[in-house]
Amino acid sequence: MKPKNQRLVLVVAAVVAVLVAALLAMWGLRDRASYFYTPADLAAGKAVNGQAMRLGGMVERGSIQRQPDGVTIRFVVTDGQARTPVVYRGIVPDLFREGSGAVAEGRLENGSFIADTILAKHDERYMPPELGNLAAEHKAGKTLER
Amino acid sequence: MIAETGLIALWLAAGLAALQVVLMTLALRTRVEVGRTIRSIAVVQGALTLIAFAMLVLVFARSDMSVALVFENSHSAKPFIYKVAGTWGNHEGSMLLWVTVLSVAGAFFALLSRRTSERTLVAALGAQATLALGFYAFLLIASNPFARLFPAPPDGRGLNPLLQDPGLAFHPPTLYLGYVGLSVAFSLAVGALLTGEVDSKLARAMRPWVLGAWILLTLGITAGSYWAYYELGWGGYWFWDPVENASLMPWLAATALLHSINVLAARGALKAWTMMLAVIAFSMSMVGTFLVRSGILTSVHAFAIDPERGTFLLALLAIYVGAAFTLFAVRAATLKEGAPFELVSRETGLVINNLLLSVILGIVFLGTLYPLFVEAVSGEKLSVGAPYFNAVAGPLALVLAVLVGVGPLLSWRRERRPVFKQLTVPTLLGVTALVITFILAPGMTILTRLGLMVATYLAGASILPLVRRNPLRAPLATWGMVIAHFGIAVALAGMAMNGAFTSERLAVIKPGETLSVGPWTVLLKDVTPTAGKNWTALEGELRATRGDSITVLKPQTRYFSDPPTETSEAAIETFWNGQLYTVIGKPDPSGGWQLRLWWKPFVTLIWAGGALIALGGAIALLGRLWRRRRVQPEWRKERYA
Repeated sequence: MKPKNQRLVLVVAAVVAVLVAALLAMWGLRDRASYFYTPADLAAGKAVNGQAMRLGGMVERGSIQRQPDGVTIRFVVTDGQARTPVVYRGIVPDLFREGSGAVAEGRLENGSFIADTILAKHDERYMPPELGNLAAEHKAGKTLER
Repeated sequence: MIAETGLIALWLAAGLAALQVVLMTLALRTRVEVGRTIRSIAVVQGALTLIAFAMLVLVFARSDMSVALVFENSHSAKPFIYKVAGTWGNHEGSMLLWVTVLSVAGAFFALLSRRTSERTLVAALGAQATLALGFYAFLLIASNPFARLFPAPPDGRGLNPLLQDPGLAFHPPTLYLGYVGLSVAFSLAVGALLTGEVDSKLARAMRPWVLGAWILLTLGITAGSYWAYYELGWGGYWFWDPVENASLMPWLAATALLHSINVLAARGALKAWTMMLAVIAFSMSMVGTFLVRSGILTSVHAFAIDPERGTFLLALLAIYVGAAFTLFAVRAATLKEGAPFELVSRETGLVINNLLLSVILGIVFLGTLYPLFVEAVSGEKLSVGAPYFNAVAGPLALVLAVLVGVGPLLSWRRERRPVFKQLTVPTLLGVTALVITFILAPGMTILTRLGLMVATYLAGASILPLVRRNPLRAPLATWGMVIAHFGIAVALAGMAMNGAFTSERLAVIKPGETLSVGPWTVLLKDVTPTAGKNWTALEGELRATRGDSITVLKPQTRYFSDPPTETSEAAIETFWNGQLYTVIGKPDPSGGWQLRLWWKPFVTLIWAGGALIALGGAIALLGRLWRRRRVQPEWRKERYA
């Protein structure tokens, strides 16, 4: 191959690679990004059953019920406007408690949220003082300073 | 006085960096000889930042609460090692570490560089100083680590207990060394683009820096993965968290650069492409620093509330990356054509490697930044996690792993021998592994199944470059390559087996009761209170039995008072064929305790593989440095490289 052609081929290959990356990413992001919802969003019918998502809100006081098997809990997440019942099987994070903020990862099934993971902020000092800051809590539980 | 000394040293270093930039401009315009001067200045500048950093370590070690940073992030009751490590466990301290590594790397480059031409060296040192100057400005204007408090508070507010761990002392500095080591490659690329001297000599000068940085990045990522695994108590080794991606992206770019630089060094081809990768690799380091340090990850919202730091970093990022790419765009077309090569050749193999790595890098980059972009534009919140990255990047990584077995067998320029015959045995091994998974574990997911197959194939294929010759006479660089590629197979096997064969149990049991997981029967003997220097804990005593062997594990739930926090400390026991991972949770009103148990067969292979990859890099680096010591005439190097 002549050097001129070779350079052309390499440039084309690089451009194709970039396009492929962008297309693959768009395809993947279209149905694999999980959206962050509040109970009010769910009440307004913004989410579809079974879709992967995150739910954020305050754990309502007096709502945590431990199930007989000892490892499943039910509780209610609220944002002051609406309430969503959540079912979770597992060890809850250290700072998960009533009246505190929490983010659950999972999906909606027939009006209740089946959580696979619960994230709570590890450091009490940075807990949002009021519900208005809940948005800032998004992801915060997982984003550790390293 | 200590803090003031540090601050003065930092100002002086900034001044010297500015002088370096002026000298470079002068030298490039007027051809004045400044090489010797600029080298000395770079060394002094590195020494000054080292002094500044040492001063910060000192105020942390002495728990000097009159320094605001110490007050915010330390506590007098902390163990000494964490007081010291706390220096870089916060924003200002870690940025100081960053800039220290940046200018010390510049100093070493100035001292050690023998292969670069004088003009390119001056340009590169100027570029390095330009980088440093921006980050000095960031520290001095927006993140002064030495700010004082008056009056001095009685005691500090403590360090996030999650960070109170030996992993913290080791992990961030390693990653930073890797991140910032790439700055030398960036500066060399910028310097060479300025002078137009992009050739195999430049590639050989750049290679040890890329290799060194890449080794440290590999080690840092592996250590970080293990840290997350045992410290978070979730049993996972990679979460596709943006902070993790921030370290993965420079690694991917550096891996591509490491391969393309060999083409430039040996064959003088892929000039523009290699220069672009050198620019991208360090740009990814800066993107990573921006993501982690600007607060943008906590939320775009928080970023907007405290805009000074984030905007400053973003501006630095935009200026440096923008300037480097503009320079590249202007100069790339003026570079001479590289040496030609045939379709089936080592060069083509490395081009494909580079394209695949770039595509994976693009996918990780878009997936990491997409949520920030969407939130900034529409305010909508979303997260992109494992489902996206595994599904989109996973298959490509597997394809790449298959080609890793092929590339090293090809020869430069053109391949005439029937190399693919050599791959018969490894391919048969892989197919056998696939058949075995169908018999033993019919329920495996497709990705883990293919992962095991490719891992088995690659374990065989990766050692072929040593098989076809006398292994003792192979160059160290070949040994390094083989070990690193074998490490990929090992890590891949660990990931696949962890994904396929992990068993998990979660239940509430009372003391005296047992729970079984995998081949293990675990007895909860008792739960007792215990205490450390600045924490109290509830500690479970578990007796795990498998056949005749008995192991005692003691997972804890720890309570820290400054700041008030709980963490769970998993107890992990390692065996040759896997790890038993135990976490104790909350007490039950009936007197039972939540226990979460995992049996993870061969999970340790993941980090063993990472360590092997780094070891391979280290051996190759030794080989390169040792080879260059033997004096060889230039024509011989060209012929045998």
